[in-house]
Amino acid sequence: MSDERIRTVRVTLDGQTIEAAASATVLDVALANGVFIPHLCHHPDLRPAGACRLCFVDVDGRMVTACNAPVVEGATIRTNTDAVKTTVRGAVELLLVNHHRGAVDCEEGDACELRKIARFIGIDEVRLARFRRPEPAPPVDTSNPFFEYDPGICVLCGICVRTCDEVVGVSAIDFVRRGVHTTIGSAPGAKWMDSDCVSCGECVVRCPTGSLSMRDSEVPEREVRTTCTYCGCGCGIHLGVTGGRIVSARGVRENPSNEGRLCVKGRFGYGFVNAPDRLKKPLIRRDGVLVEASWDEALDLVAAKFTEHRGDAFAAIASAKLTNEENYVLQKFVRAVQGTNNVDHCARLCHSPTVAGLVQSLGSGAMTGTTKDLGDSRCILAIGTNTTAAHPIVALQVVRAVHQGGKLIVINPREVDLARHADLVLRNRAGSDVALLMGMMRVIVDEGLHDPAYIAARCDGFDEFRESLARFDAATVEELTGVPFAQVAAAARMYATNGPASILYAMGITQHTHGTDNVLAVSNLALLTGNVGRTSGGVNPLRGQSNVQGACDMGALPNVFPGYQRVDRPEVREKFERAWGARLDDMPGLTHLEILGGVTGGRIRAIYLVGENPALSEADANHARHAMEEVDFLVVQDIFLTESAEYADVVLPAATFAEKDGTFTNTERRVQRVRRAIDPVGDSRTDLWITSEIARRMGAAGFDHASAADVMDEIASLTPIYGGVTHERIEGSGIQWPCPDSSHAGTRTLHTERFPTASGRARFFALAYRAPDEEPDAEFPLVLTTERSLYHYHTSTMTRRVPGLEQLRGEELVEMHPRDAAALRVSSGDQVRVTSRRGEVVARALVTEVSPPGTISMTFHFHEAPTNVLTNAAFDPVAKIPETKVCAVRVEAVR
Amino acid sequence: MMRGQVRRVLRNCGVIDPCDIRHAVARGGYAGLERARGMDPAARLTELERSGLRGRGGAGFPVARKWKTCADTPSDTRYVVCNADEGDPGAFMNRSLLEGDPHSVLEGMAIAGLTVGAAEGIIYCRAEYPLALARLRLAIGKAEEAGLLGPDALGPGRPFHIRVKEGAGAFVCGEETALLASIEGRRGTPRPRPPFPAVSGLWGRPTTINNVETLASAALIFRNDAAWFAEYGTAKSKGTKTFALVGNVKRPGLVEVPLGTTLRQMIFDIGGGVAGDHRFKAVQTGGPSGGCLPEGSLDIPVDYESLQAAGTIMGSGGVVVMDERTCMVDFARYFLDFAVDESCGKCGPCRLGTHQLLRILEDITQGRGTEADIELLEELGRTVARGSLCGLGTSAPNPVLSTLRYFRDEYVAHVRSRRCPAHACRDYISYEIDESECTGCTVCSGLCPVQGISGVRKGAHSIDSAVCIRCGVCSNSCNFGAVHTVDRAQPQDATT
Ligand SMILES: Cc1cc2nc3c(=O)[nH]c(=O)nc-3n(C[C@H](O)[C@H](O)[C@H](O)COP(=O)(O)O)c2cc1C
Ligand code: SF4
Ligand code: SF4
Ligand code: FES
Repeated sequence: MSDERIRTVRVTLDGQTIEAAASATVLDVALANGVFIPHLCHHPDLRPAGACRLCFVDVDGRMVTACNAPVVEGATIRTNTDAVKTTVRGAVELLLVNHHRGAVDCEEGDACELRKIARFIGIDEVRLARFRRPEPAPPVDTSNPFFEYDPGICVLCGICVRTCDEVVGVSAIDFVRRGVHTTIGSAPGAKWMDSDCVSCGECVVRCPTGSLSMRDSEVPEREVRTTCTYCGCGCGIHLGVTGGRIVSARGVRENPSNEGRLCVKGRFGYGFVNAPDRLKKPLIRRDGVLVEASWDEALDLVAAKFTEHRGDAFAAIASAKLTNEENYVLQKFVRAVQGTNNVDHCARLCHSPTVAGLVQSLGSGAMTGTTKDLGDSRCILAIGTNTTAAHPIVALQVVRAVHQGGKLIVINPREVDLARHADLVLRNRAGSDVALLMGMMRVIVDEGLHDPAYIAARCDGFDEFRESLARFDAATVEELTGVPFAQVAAAARMYATNGPASILYAMGITQHTHGTDNVLAVSNLALLTGNVGRTSGGVNPLRGQSNVQGACDMGALPNVFPGYQRVDRPEVREKFERAWGARLDDMPGLTHLEILGGVTGGRIRAIYLVGENPALSEADANHARHAMEEVDFLVVQDIFLTESAEYADVVLPAATFAEKDGTFTNTERRVQRVRRAIDPVGDSRTDLWITSEIARRMGAAGFDHASAADVMDEIASLTPIYGGVTHERIEGSGIQWPCPDSSHAGTRTLHTERFPTASGRARFFALAYRAPDEEPDAEFPLVLTTERSLYHYHTSTMTRRVPGLEQLRGEELVEMHPRDAAALRVSSGDQVRVTSRRGEVVARALVTEVSPPGTISMTFHFHEAPTNVLTNAAFDPVAKIPETKVCAVRVEAVR
Repeated sequence: MMRGQVRRVLRNCGVIDPCDIRHAVARGGYAGLERARGMDPAARLTELERSGLRGRGGAGFPVARKWKTCADTPSDTRYVVCNADEGDPGAFMNRSLLEGDPHSVLEGMAIAGLTVGAAEGIIYCRAEYPLALARLRLAIGKAEEAGLLGPDALGPGRPFHIRVKEGAGAFVCGEETALLASIEGRRGTPRPRPPFPAVSGLWGRPTTINNVETLASAALIFRNDAAWFAEYGTAKSKGTKTFALVGNVKRPGLVEVPLGTTLRQMIFDIGGGVAGDHRFKAVQTGGPSGGCLPEGSLDIPVDYESLQAAGTIMGSGGVVVMDERTCMVDFARYFLDFAVDESCGKCGPCRLGTHQLLRILEDITQGRGTEADIELLEELGRTVARGSLCGLGTSAPNPVLSTLRYFRDEYVAHVRSRRCPAHACRDYISYEIDESECTGCTVCSGLCPVQGISGVRKGAHSIDSAVCIRCGVCSNSCNFGAVHTVDRAQPQDATT
């Protein structure tokens, strides 16, 4: 990058000599130099369309459109020749005459680019009066819950169409009909929402005329820049505030993670913050019912009970929705005040094998790359991830890579949406990923496509690993995976010969009894081809929740202090004992499932449950509900009265992300600011305040930080990977850890020089295939796999409070292949009962070939149909993650 | 009919059995490919450049330049595309060639593949040409069997395969960038150039796209040589070109003449002049968006530059002859109607401008035009011609602008005097029965759809102009020429 100088050319623009990058267009150069050229269909994110015909300039005597004209050395560019002026005026007049709201009194005001241009050229009403009037425009399309389309003011610049194709990769909309009857939509006569539209609103925010406009849009009094609370993509948003209410959200263009782009939840999903049923007062169970109480009462009760239950009878479940500072203080409370390591959080249920596996193989359990760099991969292998639904903004980079000619391999039992962009789609049997990946690696090694120099220089364990490949001959792989071996081999060659290659994976890899093996298989593959440590290459576990990476980083895990420093290492423990002024336990604590499981034997007596809802999210959820009912003392701290809060002895009302300061760490290890936009709703308080207050009432020292920034300073002083992180430093673009000190800029790509292992080298692992815990049999003949919907988040306590999201997806759907549906005589929309060894659920069926034959799929978003009463809590021996991706079920029609 | 014609591209049409590859080969088919294979790459381009061959699909771009750009653009893959969309209504030059001599086109594509370094060719052919499609598919199969196409077509281990893609039907899909989008499975609309297809075409790869006749001509150039090809033509427009001569001429049909032949030679010497006892009035060249030339322009030579200077285009080679019965305003309206229907809607000037032009022309032909509208037509015509994204829009105003240039008095007559000099616009005419010529045969009164004609058998008939809808049935059906078209008496005029 440094020695490859950007080539420049010199041009004359309206008499002024200008130096410009040779790759620029005339329009870029003019706009950058303060020369306005009218333009409607140009957008910096999109390829030129040349559709509006307003950007004419004269280049060396030829009239061309500036938006697609490259600058050439020595060119003379004039923006004001007579031909240019009359042509542009003519084109603008034609647009104005057909703009149904009229040119001058359009209510879009200055938001309308056409009006701005009209003013720039100066419009003569007498000239306009000569034209014939347009025919009446078709009606406004109001089918989308969040925005509408008015064909009457559309100038057909096509920015929306190109956005949906080039940026979003959905291609839901196109030009419909021809000539003067052209509009934007999905098909003639069809409504907007008859399309594949995912309601992200990316088109709406780019529309230059307001033809596409937000429903119920309110211009906020002020905006606060913060980080989205939904998934681990970690998008920067400007939250719009009026009074005490959140009224709008807008992407932050300068944010490197999302560059202004948002998904439907991030743009439209903040209604929950001001939902009327937010918890506003503490609740205490009296005579079996939860009744309102004062903070003093509630906190004193909690402090007293927690004092009673010190030691290993106490456990806390932290939350991936809390800030880093809050998670830090919470685990510090558990360890330093309660004297136990029993603290865990939902990462156990999603990415614990990532941490367990990648720490062994690469030394660090996080995404090795950066979201944006994924778009420059020459090959992306997406396995066990429904990226467009669960990580929509990361998916945009996959689309970008594909648009740039990169290869895409999708491996998934289900035909996930990403498959439409893929060069190869391998639909393996659920739970057969080790066999599939090892089969690919065998081809790579057999054909000599691996990278021996890299392996020799940077890895250990290759020989043993190589021997273990012998078990994965073509016939075995084909039998275990159900994928023709030719496809496996094709995927292997494509992956190995197009570098840098990135692997993306998510819960399809981790949520298995052999989840850690799956993760190791992934890292084997990346190491084999020398892809770890390369920008736009590597191993990229996509983290689910907004701060699941941070919650892990902060040590909300039973075996490690912040920064993955092990509790069983004396020198580490001593450091924390000194800092926290308390004696610390050297035994790793209980994991998520073990905590709830521990209630039954009486091992766990008190649980502090923060921002989580195991009644819906936990595998074998009936068991979790039972535990919460049985435990002596349950404190639930949340923003709503969740299904789990119903079991609590004390409920503490917490503030949402919009009401607090702190940081989130997103999936690409970027630590970013969360900023208070409004004051906590009602009598709710930030989790930081609540936990600290409990600690203080228990007489503990070290819980009186002046601010979240103060907490971060403490974190930095104890956590080497966060060593250089301060709130001040991350104001702008955040910082990607590791960032050891205040002079370090953060790390875009991990492992470029050495691995953070004792030896500095990575390790291969020999692997064997292990079957899922529960396989279909005569009684339970189908496999159930779980997934997520784009429109909902986790147990949907937040998203179901947004009416538009509820409209887009309002109920559980049991997706099944037509063949299975036919055998059960079920059609889409019929009620079906799904039964496993652990429970049963009733929901409506959706018959679709997205599901492979023999496998059905459900989300876990809907309390009316709590899918996790079905799933299997059998877990991975290393990571202790339950196998929520595979269990055996029976389906029958409810008649 | 053959007088003045030089049959080179069409030499095999109607002579050989197009289904039998041996016929084609016997008449020199694929000899050009063989000769090209023996030349080095630079020599091939030089040969082409010396021939002076320019694109026959309309724009007349020098073929050697296009192929060189494509060959010089770095890429692992390149494509050759044959434009066989022939969307001009009334044009059938390409169809005749594809049906009569498909191998000449395949050979041209293989030579293009050899020259630019492509291994795949695609023929984009209208679905409305079932026979051409069938003949092409058969010919490809036979050529592959014979090893003239296929794995070693361009030399040992140098494959060239051709496949056929059926067109989507819209006129604009003949425009090269729209055509490529259509092959890629996207909506067939044009995109701005640069980048030109030769640099970034199909799937973003360098792509050579040429018309059917261009490719067949390239095959001929390599079979013979550049000098042979350039024997005919003018300084800048070399070789021969096929034309579809239609309209009111005595001998309509497909003709091939050297470029530079005058319109007069083509219409009068080859076409035999105007049919019936009518007078020549105008000729339109270049298809639906071509301009119209009057009698006084008949001696200009048919070449790219001369036609353009005169306000029309070569297009793909349509030539329509009109006599005094054609109203030039109505003519312009008719072709603007076509443009409005075919405008893809992508760019503003074409989508909205052609529609304005049409509405104004409708007003003028229907008695609502004003003198100011004539200027507005000119102004809008220039905006559309200069401002549009693709050739459809930039050429769509030709029918209006050229008739305004050569037949302005007809426009003026419509708006100022409220009359249509050609007696073609219904709103400006009346029908009258000349009593002295009427025999009272009653044919007309029986056919009149609105019972507007009265009279008894063997007695003179008359037309009630209040009822008459000016369908013209009476005038066309009268065996005695007794029904006359006259200027319609205009009621008091609101605008002048
Ligand atoms: C609206 C429109 C329609 C066209 N239709 C055709 C067509 O049917 N056949 C054709 O060869 N070229 C057509 N062209 C021209 C092509 O864009 C392109 O110039 C041509 O295929 C290049 O081949 P050539 O250089 O051999 O002429 C059309 C252009 C426009 C603007
Ligand atoms: S809706 Fe907006 S963005 Fe889309 S074409 Fe119309 S004006 Fe352009
Ligand atoms: S909202 Fe998003 S998905 Fe829907 S049409 Fe617009 S860009 Fe496409
Ligand atoms: S901005 Fe260039 S044509 Fe629209």
